[in-house]
Amino acid sequence: MIRERLSGNEAVATAMKQINPDVVAAFPITPSTEVPQYFSRFVANGQVDTEFVPVESEHSAISACVGSQAAGARTMTATSSCGLALMHEILYIASSSRLPITISVVNRALSGPININADHSDSMGARDAGWIQLYSENNQEAYDNLIQIVRINEHKDVMLPGMVCQDGFITSHAVENIELLEDEIVKTFVGEYEPEHYLLNPNETISIGPYDSSNFYIEHKRQQAEAVKNAKRVVMEIGKEFEALSGRSYGYFEEYRLDDAEVAVVIMGSAAGTAKETADRLRAQGIKAGVLKLRMFRPFPGEEIAGALSHLKAIAIMDRAESFSNMGGPVFAEVKAAMYDLETRPKMIDYIYGLGGRDVRVESIKTVFDALQEIVKTDETGDVYRYLDVRE
Amino acid sequence: MYDFKENMSKPERLSGGHRMCAGCGAPVAVRGILRAMKPEDQAVIGCATGCLEVSTFMYPYTSWKDPFIHNAFENASATVSGAEAAYNAMRRKGKIDKDVKFITFGGDGSSYDIGFQSLSGAMERGHDMVYVCYDNNAYMNTGIQRSSATPKYADTTTTPVGSVSNGKQQYRKDLTEIMVSHHIPYVAQTTFLTNMKDLHEKAEKAIYMQGPAFLNVLAPCPRGWRYEASRLMEVTKLAVDTCVWPMFEVINGAWHLSYEPKKKLPVEEYLKVQGRFKHLFLPENRHLIDEIQAEVDKNWEELKRKCNR
Repeated sequence: MIRERLSGNEAVATAMKQINPDVVAAFPITPSTEVPQYFSRFVANGQVDTEFVPVESEHSAISACVGSQAAGARTMTATSSCGLALMHEILYIASSSRLPITISVVNRALSGPININADHSDSMGARDAGWIQLYSENNQEAYDNLIQIVRINEHKDVMLPGMVCQDGFITSHAVENIELLEDEIVKTFVGEYEPEHYLLNPNETISIGPYDSSNFYIEHKRQQAEAVKNAKRVVMEIGKEFEALSGRSYGYFEEYRLDDAEVAVVIMGSAAGTAKETADRLRAQGIKAGVLKLRMFRPFPGEEIAGALSHLKAIAIMDRAESFSNMGGPVFAEVKAAMYDLETRPKMIDYIYGLGGRDVRVESIKTVFDALQEIVKTDETGDVYRYLDVRE
Repeated sequence: MYDFKENMSKPERLSGGHRMCAGCGAPVAVRGILRAMKPEDQAVIGCATGCLEVSTFMYPYTSWKDPFIHNAFENASATVSGAEAAYNAMRRKGKIDKDVKFITFGGDGSSYDIGFQSLSGAMERGHDMVYVCYDNNAYMNTGIQRSSATPKYADTTTTPVGSVSNGKQQYRKDLTEIMVSHHIPYVAQTTFLTNMKDLHEKAEKAIYMQGPAFLNVLAPCPRGWRYEASRLMEVTKLAVDTCVWPMFEVINGAWHLSYEPKKKLPVEEYLKVQGRFKHLFLPENRHLIDEIQAEVDKNWEELKRKCNR
């Protein structure tokens, strides 16, 4: 184990160096720019064997990744915001072609208006593209998730692309203490990429990317759905294997002081730390507050979340993205749907928060818990769809 | 030496049974180019969305004898550049030990227009790949809409001839010259003539020369141009003999004219065999043909100057 101090971008670039992928194709965009910058330095200094393709756009980045992974090479890229949006069309092609490409997503608000700071609107816009999505609270998790997702993506029962998300600037540019695994341990953990079918296979000639008529298309989508289902099992298996190596435990979500909680927030990304601190302070005052920090958004662990939250009186789901449904954000929609099958359900409200990098403080989360306590006290849910810390 | 019979008797790398129209130039271009591959070599072939892709690779059938990838409409160049990068990395790591070539096909839509950026990027980065544009002068797969390769005054479904319009109002973009400006080792413009020698030799140079290469192949479309399917070779011959589509190559920046017609024919000869130019032959539109002729003459003189002819 190596103790270091790294920013989130340095952490994922370091994980990429240790994974030593065959190809990285990337285009700069704030705040993920540093990832290909650090990585091209590793290339320039011969610290990796990777072919680095400095493409002319994110659309070409993901397109080159598709060509590369299809050819038989382990392939990665990094992007943010509009870059991920520009990749949108090809995200679906990557997943339907069953190409286990990895993206390091540094979450940033989507334009417009243009804004370079953190929120989850970019990766939430890609939530139905058939990619595995893991979210990271801090630099350590961004590093650990990136190493794990390569194994998850490439598992023979999965063969899907995946993205590891972390919050722009908040973790990508903040330097934190981090524990790195030794190069050899990462190398052994990820192993070699050995696809069954690939373009450069000397023993087989294949065609990839057919026109698929209505006679076959739905069966192919069904197979893709099965792979996503398998990914759920594999995320847990790889998490256990990783824990044995690192001592750090990874599941679908983290339950923080939830066991005997009456009120809780469900949250993803860097603000989870703030939520946990808030819960601690409230606990000190005798309030039974808890936090569920979601790590895996795709596949969505609905059943397990329902199990973990069923005993609560009231919960607030925190969405760092709008979906403009007028019914709350995307995390809320999923959690609420997951809770429906319970006999008795906690009262549920949604908060849209932190858009465009709006700071989320302990005092902000405290107002959420206050609202939950009010709901418990009055037995009235009130407005379901709320905004946190917004000037009306 | 080029031997027509020997060349034509090679096993096809794009097998028959695909669903391209009779009289379409695209599969003729593909076969002609792939015949330049040494029989023992293999190419990874990429193809943009378009007629060629959807008609040759309909699940669960493929016409392609080489490894083939289709990604989307606008990104064939980026896709193949990624495959080429994978090849370099895998070769360096000892995962693959044979020579593999990289060839990309796209229509004028995916080359001149929606995939223009992707093409430019891949050429500039210097990947060892050939990009082949089969130029049929419009978006044919979606039903004959104008592209920036559509010639002036052509009748298309988005530049229809009407009571106040004579078809497309703009001249074509000169993609071949734009590719020359990328300062890549090899750029050529060709089509199929008689024994396919010009196409073959240019394909051979493009495939076996180190670095990026670009081939622009005029590949007529019987539906969009409205000629009889059996007259394909006649149409390409007229394109060349009227100097509407000159054949030339640019090797490391040096321009060479590949073919100079013994007798340069008037543009009418080319225009009159195609229904898309039918309206130009109304007596009141004579000046439009004259305008096209003047443009063709100007471009031809300019090309000859570049080629020191």
